[in-house]
Amino acid sequence: MSPDSATIRRVPTGPARRGPIGAEPARKVAGQPGTDKGAVSHEGTQARIDAGGVYYKTLNEQIREEMLNGAQTVILENVNGQRYIGGGLSGEDVRVVINGVPGNDLATFMTGPTLIVNENAQDGVANTMNSGLVVINGDAGDVLGYGMRGGRLYVRGDVGYRVGIHMKAYEDQRPAMVIGGKARDFFGEYMAGGELVLLGLGSDGEDIVGSYLGTGMHGGVIFVRGEVAEHQLGKEVSIAPLSAAEQSRVEELVRDFAGWMGLDAEEILERRFIKIFPYTHRPYGKLYAY
Amino acid sequence: MIDRPARKYGGLTLPGTRIPDVGRRPSYTVEAEEGILGNCGLMGVCDEAGERMSGELAVRSMASMHDRGNGLGGGFAGYGIYPEHPDHYAFHMMYADEDARQDTEFYLARQFAIDHEEPIPTRAVRGIQDEPLLHRYFCRVDAERLQETQLSEADYVVHAFMDINSGIDGAFVASAGRNMGAFKGVGFPEEIGEFYRLDEYAGWTWTGHGRFPTNTPGWWGGAHPFCLLDYSIVHNGEISSYGINKRYLESHGYQLTLRTDTEVVTYLFDLMLRRHELPVEIACRALAAPFWKDIDLMAADDKEFYTALRTVYGPGLLNGPFAVVLGMADGMVALNDRIKLRPLVAARDGNRVYVASEESAIREICPKPEKSWMPRAGEPVIARLRGAAFGAAPQSVPAEVN
Repeated sequence: MSPDSATIRRVPTGPARRGPIGAEPARKVAGQPGTDKGAVSHEGTQARIDAGGVYYKTLNEQIREEMLNGAQTVILENVNGQRYIGGGLSGEDVRVVINGVPGNDLATFMTGPTLIVNENAQDGVANTMNSGLVVINGDAGDVLGYGMRGGRLYVRGDVGYRVGIHMKAYEDQRPAMVIGGKARDFFGEYMAGGELVLLGLGSDGEDIVGSYLGTGMHGGVIFVRGEVAEHQLGKEVSIAPLSAAEQSRVEELVRDFAGWMGLDAEEILERRFIKIFPYTHRPYGKLYAY
Repeated sequence: MIDRPARKYGGLTLPGTRIPDVGRRPSYTVEAEEGILGNCGLMGVCDEAGERMSGELAVRSMASMHDRGNGLGGGFAGYGIYPEHPDHYAFHMMYADEDARQDTEFYLARQFAIDHEEPIPTRAVRGIQDEPLLHRYFCRVDAERLQETQLSEADYVVHAFMDINSGIDGAFVASAGRNMGAFKGVGFPEEIGEFYRLDEYAGWTWTGHGRFPTNTPGWWGGAHPFCLLDYSIVHNGEISSYGINKRYLESHGYQLTLRTDTEVVTYLFDLMLRRHELPVEIACRALAAPFWKDIDLMAADDKEFYTALRTVYGPGLLNGPFAVVLGMADGMVALNDRIKLRPLVAARDGNRVYVASEESAIREICPKPEKSWMPRAGEPVIARLRGAAFGAAPQSVPAEVN
C-alpha cells in the first residue's frame, strides 16, 4: 500500500516544503544576482578587478567607480558571462581589458573607451555603440554591431549570423568593423551606413561568408577579401570592384586591424577585395507609390 | 461530498467513487507579474565514455544564465541516474491532488509491475512553492501484457504516457524513460535543481533549461524538459509550425495535451528516430530542412535525397526560431533552426561534449575546453555514448501508437 499525501509530506526532505522559507541556492556564479564586489588592486593608474562570481551590475558599477577615481586602465580577471561590460561607458583615454568570456551586449551604448577582450565574445557586441574601439582576440557571436553608430570593432576570428545588422552612419559618425575570419548568413543585414571588412583568414576553402549577404541593405558598404557567389547575395546589393579611394580606405582599416592583432597587413592586402553595395538607397520606394 | 462517475483509462474501468468536495483543482499556472525581458536558456553535457557527472554541474551551468529566464520554469533531465533500476521505466509523476494520485496509481498498477516507488526526494528551497505531489514509480512491462496488446514495449509505455496525460485529470507524467528522469517545475533552474537535490544524482548526460514563458503559462508540467520514453527536449524559441506539426503527429497517434509548442519536437524525434528508425543526422535534416534554394544548388544525388526528405517529412518541418537539445539513451543532440534565430554554442573537452545558449555557461563548468565553436544553423551537434552497453537496441516493431 502506497503512502498517502500526508505521509509524503512528512518525508524528511527539509524543514518545510512550502512558502518563502528554506535554503537559498548557494552557488556563487557570476550569473546570480548579488552585491558582492570583486577584489581590487591598484598599480599607478591601473586597476585590476577580480570579476569571478561578481554579478554584472555590481561589476559595471565597480568599473565606473575605478574610472571616477582616476584609473586609466581597468583589467578584469576571471570574467565569465557578465553582460553589458562597458555599457554606456564614456571617456576617450580609458581602456578596459577583459580576461575571460564577457557576456552579451559588450560595449553597448559605449562612447569613447577602448575594450580589449582576450578570449571569445558572445552575442550583441557593440550594440548601438557610439564611438571607441572594441578588440576581440577570439571568435564572437551573432548580431554584432546592431545599430552601431560609430567607432570600430575588430574581431580576430570568426563571427556568427546577422553581423553588422542595421549599422548606420551620419556625417563624420562612420562605424567600421573588421572581421579576421569568416561570417555566417545575413552579414550586413538592413545595413544603413558604415563599413564592414571581411578578411576570411584561415578559411581553407570554406565560404568566407554565408547566404543573404546584405539583405535589406540600403546604405554603407561591405568589403570582402575573396569571392562571393551571386546566390549568396541579398536582393538589394551588387558586387563591384573597389575605387582607388575605397582601396586606400580598406588598406587603412586593415593596417590598423593588423597592428592590434599582430598580423602582417601587407600579406593580408595581397589578395583582391570586392565591394558589396546597395544599388538603391530606397529599395521599397515604389512599394506603395508609383 | 461529490460523486465521481466510473471512468475509463486505456481500456480499464475505474469504478465510481464518492470523494470530498475540495472545490476547483489548482491549475498550477502562473502568468508573469510584469514584463521582464528575457529569453530561455538551455544547456547540455554528455560524457561519451559514459562517465557519470554530478547533477550539480548542470545546475551550476544554468545558474550562470539566471537572467535569461524569469523564474517561471526550470528543469533538468539526467541519464544514467538510476543504476539500481536501469531497465525499469521510471515514471516521474506530478499530481495536483490525492485524487489524481489514486487514479494514476490504479492505472499504473494494472498496466505495469511496479518494483519500487517513492516520493521524489526534495528539499525546501526559497522561491519554490505550490509544488504538486511528486512521486516516482519504477515500472516493468509484463511479457503477457505485451502479448495481449500486440504492442512493442516502447509503444506500450507511450500508450500509458499518453493515457495519463490526456485522461487523468490533475496527473502529469514528467518523464517515463529507462535510467533517466526529468526534474522540473516553476522556479529558476538553480532553485529547481536545489529543490530536487540534483547534486545527489550522477549521470552521463544532463540537459538543463531556464524558462521565459511567452505563449503559454508557466506551470509545473509546462516547464522543460518535455519527455517521452528515453527522449527529452529542452527548447529555446518558438515552433511557429506547431499547428501543422500537431496535426501530423495526431495522425500518427500522438496526443498533444501539454499546452506548449515544445512537445511536438519530442514526439517528432520519437516518430523519426524510434518508429521510423532514421539516423539522427537525417532526422535533424528533416526537422531543420535545407531551403529549396539551397537544394537547387546541390549535386544531383543530394538534390534527389533532400527533395525526397522534404516531401516525405514536410509536415514534420520545424519552422520558427529554435535551439533545442535532445537527450536520449545513447547520447545528446543539439539543433538550431535554419537561419539561426536562437543562440547555441558548443564545446568539446576530452570525452565531454557541451552545448549551451551562452559560451559562459560552458566555461562555468569547463573553464578551458579544447575546442569551442558556434554550430551552423540547421547542423546538429551530436554526442554519442561509446559502447553498446549504454544504447538499447532500436525498437523494430513499426506499430502505430493507437
